[in-house]
Amino acid sequence: MDLASIYRAEYGRCVATLARLLGDINLAEEAVQDAFTTALQTWQTPPPNPGAWIVTTARNRAIDRLRRESTRQARHAQALLLHQQDEPSEVGPVRDDQLRLIFTCCHPALAPDARAALTLRLLGGLDVPEIARAYLIQEATVAQRIVRAKKKIRDAGIPYRVPEEHELPDRLPPVLTVLYLMFNEGYTSTAGPLIRTDLCAEAIRLARELATLMPDEPEVLGLLALLLLTEARRPARLDPGGELVPLAEQDRSLWNRTLIAEGHDLVRRCLRRNRPGPYQIQAAISAVHTDGAATDWSQVLALYDQLLALTPTPVIALNRAVAVAEVHGPAVALAALEGIELPGYHRLPATRAELLARLGRHAAARAAYDQAIELTGNETERAYLLARRADLARPGEGA
Amino acid sequence: MKQYLLSVHFVEGAPTPSDEEIQTMFRETGRINDEMKAAGAWVFAGGLLPPENATVVRTQNGTATMSDGPFAETKEHIAGFWIIRCADLDAALAWAEKCAAACGPIEVRPFDELSQS
Repeated sequence: MDLASIYRAEYGRCVATLARLLGDINLAEEAVQDAFTTALQTWQTPPPNPGAWIVTTARNRAIDRLRRESTRQARHAQALLLHQQDEPSEVGPVRDDQLRLIFTCCHPALAPDARAALTLRLLGGLDVPEIARAYLIQEATVAQRIVRAKKKIRDAGIPYRVPEEHELPDRLPPVLTVLYLMFNEGYTSTAGPLIRTDLCAEAIRLARELATLMPDEPEVLGLLALLLLTEARRPARLDPGGELVPLAEQDRSLWNRTLIAEGHDLVRRCLRRNRPGPYQIQAAISAVHTDGAATDWSQVLALYDQLLALTPTPVIALNRAVAVAEVHGPAVALAALEGIELPGYHRLPATRAELLARLGRHAAARAAYDQAIELTGNETERAYLLARRADLARPGEGA
Repeated sequence: MKQYLLSVHFVEGAPTPSDEEIQTMFRETGRINDEMKAAGAWVFAGGLLPPENATVVRTQNGTATMSDGPFAETKEHIAGFWIIRCADLDAALAWAEKCAAACGPIEVRPFDELSQS
């Protein structure tokens, strides 16, 4: 294993442990980075447990640093604190440390756009340029958000802790949202392919951690199942030429059977709990898509009805309309799109265009495709929409 | 322990609460104060008279000038506040939730620890 992959795998865990020991995120990050620099200079081959080595080295570095700076009373107190701690053990508490840090990064007192950036930075080990690329925003903006969020954690006294049971309904959703967003950014972004896979993998890794630590929270299992089932279909999502392949036309033999089996198993566990939530229902929809040789659309539609009743958002109404088209035909689906407002979102006109095309209303379909093409920022999606529009009969032939 | 300011805000032009509503508010804040005192969180609290009672004092070259009215020319003014002492932001937010139920939106701001002595 090379140092870069060790860094990627261990960074989040090490920072989380050091943050607990030091009670300060910035110090934790500095100490872990120092330790990796030392590793780069001293390792001939990596030790058997590189994470433990990094934590121990980082801790010693932090003690040295605090000693040097211990003329300041607060630093002195912190150095004492470190000495009194037991040796950092690798197995049990480390995972709790990460969970504590996820909840800290996703605290509702932090701005929503700062939560994802901070989670990616501290737990995923992504650097500022990588996060900026993933979210298509300026590096300076990312850096500022992270600095501000860390400062608020320290100055306002946002605690490092996993919320108690009664607080979870309020505190868990932002955590799930961040992991979901992180995955989505990886799944459909305009950033380079490498970072894209990284983001998906990182979101899944963190969702797995969360599911191991909170096996009794059905929405956590639901989110993990959703991510796994979506990830499973990725190999079939683009054709060899890099063109987007719609679900109905995907080569199902390319889907990852192992991830599908794991996802289905999680969905069944959720069903047994019978405490449905938005992520579980979305996972169930994904499970229907990945079950057998073809999608059972009436089951999908029933699940969308349930989802829409629970979270009546325009995006869900739009997705439901796609299922309506499969069950009741494009005319009914077109009527279902009426009243959905999603300004700036290309998928609404794109869906309308598909339905109009199926109804043979090509002129109207062309106009809707134009609107969608105008709105999409993703090159692959744009190419797909352009191809669909080109497939329409010439003006006068169909409509 | 950290200290936090929980401030209550009054918006100019907002409907004046009825006598009954004001009575309820007083009763509720009194109850919260007692609860804070019992929990050791209470440092100080009070309601303020409206902003037209405010005076701003400035000094320039050693000479003080005074002007009528509040410092900030906004429609929102602090109407009252609590200063509380607690372990972390979550604890402060839990108190703020109770205060918000009694008095409307509450802004929670930590004290600068360097200024606390």
